[in-house]
Amino acid sequence: MRLLPFFVSAVVTVGLVSVLNTQLPIGTSKSPKLGYFLSPQQGFWKNAEKVDAGFDASLVANELKGNVDVYVDDRLVPHIYAEHDEDAYFVQGYLHAKFRLWQMDFQTRVASGRLSEIAGADKLSIDRFFRRLGMVYGAEQTEQYINENNPVMKATVEAYSAGVNAYLKQLAPEDLPFEYKLMNYAPEEWTPKKTYLFLMFMSYDLTGRSASADLQLTNTRDYLGYDLFEKLYTNQQDSLDPIIPRGTEFSEASIKPIAPINADIAYLKKQDPNIAASKVSESPEAPDKNNGSNNWAVAGSKTKSGRPILCSDPHLGLNLPSLWYEVQITTPTHSTYGASFPGSPAVIIGFNDSLAWGVTNAGRDVLDYYEVKFKDSTQQQYWFNGSWQATTNRQEIIKVKDSADVVENIAMTQWGPAMFDAHYQNPQSKGRNLAVKWTGHNASTGVETFYKLNRAKNFDDYMNAISLWKCPGQNFVFASKTGDIAIKQQGSFVARWDHQGDFIMPGEDSSYDWQGIIPVNENPFMKNPERGFVSSANQKSVDPSYPYYLGTASSFPLYRGISVNKRLHTMNQITAEDMQHLQTDNYNVFAEVARPALMKFIDPAILSADAQRMVKEMNSWNLYNNENEKGITIFKLVWDSVENAVWGDELTGSPIPLTKPEAYVLIDQMNKDTNFSVADDIRTKGKMETLKEQVNIGVENATRQLLALEKEGKINWAAFKATRVSHLTKTPALSRLNLPIGGGVNIINATSEAHGPSWRMVVHLTDEIEAYGLYPGGQSGNPGSPYYDSFVDTWAAGKYYRLLFLPKEKLIAHPRTKWHIQFSKS
Amino acid sequence: MKLTTFKFPVSILLVALATFAIGLYGSLPWWSFAVTNFLISIAIVQKPWVSFLAGALGVGAIWAGLATGIDMANHHLLSTKVANILPLKGSYVLLIIITALVGALVGGFASLTAAYLRKK
Repeated sequence: MRLLPFFVSAVVTVGLVSVLNTQLPIGTSKSPKLGYFLSPQQGFWKNAEKVDAGFDASLVANELKGNVDVYVDDRLVPHIYAEHDEDAYFVQGYLHAKFRLWQMDFQTRVASGRLSEIAGADKLSIDRFFRRLGMVYGAEQTEQYINENNPVMKATVEAYSAGVNAYLKQLAPEDLPFEYKLMNYAPEEWTPKKTYLFLMFMSYDLTGRSASADLQLTNTRDYLGYDLFEKLYTNQQDSLDPIIPRGTEFSEASIKPIAPINADIAYLKKQDPNIAASKVSESPEAPDKNNGSNNWAVAGSKTKSGRPILCSDPHLGLNLPSLWYEVQITTPTHSTYGASFPGSPAVIIGFNDSLAWGVTNAGRDVLDYYEVKFKDSTQQQYWFNGSWQATTNRQEIIKVKDSADVVENIAMTQWGPAMFDAHYQNPQSKGRNLAVKWTGHNASTGVETFYKLNRAKNFDDYMNAISLWKCPGQNFVFASKTGDIAIKQQGSFVARWDHQGDFIMPGEDSSYDWQGIIPVNENPFMKNPERGFVSSANQKSVDPSYPYYLGTASSFPLYRGISVNKRLHTMNQITAEDMQHLQTDNYNVFAEVARPALMKFIDPAILSADAQRMVKEMNSWNLYNNENEKGITIFKLVWDSVENAVWGDELTGSPIPLTKPEAYVLIDQMNKDTNFSVADDIRTKGKMETLKEQVNIGVENATRQLLALEKEGKINWAAFKATRVSHLTKTPALSRLNLPIGGGVNIINATSEAHGPSWRMVVHLTDEIEAYGLYPGGQSGNPGSPYYDSFVDTWAAGKYYRLLFLPKEKLIAHPRTKWHIQFSKS
Repeated sequence: MKLTTFKFPVSILLVALATFAIGLYGSLPWWSFAVTNFLISIAIVQKPWVSFLAGALGVGAIWAGLATGIDMANHHLLSTKVANILPLKGSYVLLIIITALVGALVGGFASLTAAYLRKK
């Protein structure tokens, strides 16, 4: 033995293996364990699927009650035919796990504040935010309620969980999804609680904007003072075309919410502002302001076939793997098809053999902050209704990779968790102790609504199914083969007095508490209207004659609804293809209103030659946000610059970001008041600036940016907008970037940079249902599969797939049916 | 020809086979082939640098071969993405070379260590 060379060689070998078996730091993230990751038998290579791989399989599961046949079509959509309902959900869980395991696990980790566990201290601030907001608390309420009161839902969710776990049990380590290998962690057992956590995340995504908006709006009001605030943030939308048409008479309110007598001073602060000092902690990105959607149904009187057509396209963050997974579920009790959530049983937006349904977000305010006073730093008591009341302590333990656990002690008050306190502040909370009250915290049987919609046979079943829905409030659109169309805004909505909950509310007594939840039968609703259509696009659901306050206008985008209704009014002899064209329509009704208002103030005589050229091009633009238009890019930058020039000085003096007034406020001012006082730029003291000057300054500023874009070849709308569908980790290599697609904010085709129609569906309710749909993703969550992003290009092109919704025998015989996965009991 | 001239190709072959075989057990660590290389190099006595070469070539060849086969059947879908993450400018060829190199280095040194153990 050669001792020295042996020793050196042994050290080198062990050293090599150790280094290749360690996650090395790269910037703020970490590399995979390279040796493991590159191993062709264990690492990522195992996730590189054969492009022509088949999906036939035969599986045995003791948990089943009977046999289940799954036929998989050429787009990898499974058609589940089960003899028992619970078996169908078992198999749905199994298939979700087979194709989307990592995503399900990751999304519930985000929801439950467990990102630090896999990603380290970097993600701690996001975890703390979700824990303190009460995400886990809410999921626990739902779990407990369902376990005690709802045996059918309990069995459904448990069957689904068992299906996920059956897949996990047979999953060999080398077959772990790609992302686990990249980030070096392992999946864990699925539980019903994770399903409820996932649904909590949807509640947050669709109603949680208030968690940041209420603070920001409070600070904006404090900064500007109430008078100026009221002028710039008016809730009055003159051009509103509500979901329920103007002039509809509403029945008298059964709850008459009354503002506390001192509200003007103690709450609205119609007096001088006083600004407190601020400090610390980062929050996750607030839910996208444009989380919204379109849906509508047209009656047989407006269609060529004489049968209704229903359309639904939820606008959400665009991600890979997609939030959605297509599935058909057929059992002796029902047959349904549509988009499901990996993480939850049943079909969420879809149709069955009798009817179709879709949802858009209601946007109503269901989350409020109450400022509480603690007796001392132990936070064991808080002042309420004239005496010290005891809090209970809720402990949330956050595990952190490569670091010690972090413990959040949250004081629970009668309002809800004291989210902000001495231990947790962000720049907007400004040292206040704030308890959060949110309908999302309440036990909810949300799954049951979809369970029942999947089985609904008629209008009454639909009404019954949605009456159970609590949070997030939605506009449920409906159409049936028998010719009914309807829309109803449903959820647990707070019976509010004007402006209740727009700002942080005093929490030292019950006078600012919610005075009731609006009864289900008083929620906005419309069935078979004369005009032959129902629709919603996140606008305010009702005109001001509705007896309850909806929330601040900034929660209700105005323009898409106007576009949809304008088109539906004029359309007749409608076909499914017409509806596809409407869903992908790029007309910019906002620009139709805003461009003439701008042009009124633009004076070519004082503009540079380049600016003149830009203005000319903007003015001859056809008002469509099509892929290759330049006019929209010019319009957008000019509008943004003008807004900055007008509002900038009012808002940029603040050390924290403030809320920008809605666009329609500026348009209204431009249209009626040329001496708009806010237009005066206080940075240039002693000189009153007119709106005209501000607009032309804005045009010149925009021109500078536009010239740069022109040079880069990025002035065409699609190139400028650069729509992307991002992997959930935001890794560019796993995302689809720079998609050639038009549309945008305020457009029916609501495709902006990273947000847009996440599932487009058109259902023609003929005897044999004619349905079309797709989402910007693919059925497989595996980046190594050809089915990972197989729908993205078709989606960007505005095209659709015909959805196969057939009885078993017909589906087996269909030329698009490719594979068979057989599940048997033994 | 003496029997020993076959030692080199035989040891490469054995290394490759053992690497493949032990790699089939997904619950064992990815570097298990280092142990089989070590044992093979103890069993077949060669000059240290020859042992190194046999170990490196055996593992490198099997890793390169497997990766290439997988990659062709996958039409480079995943390798291109990984080669952008790592970052190798999206080159799947480079990714396969690096894959083979990682296996070869570990395999070579494991064999070399054993060779020095046997060397008189």
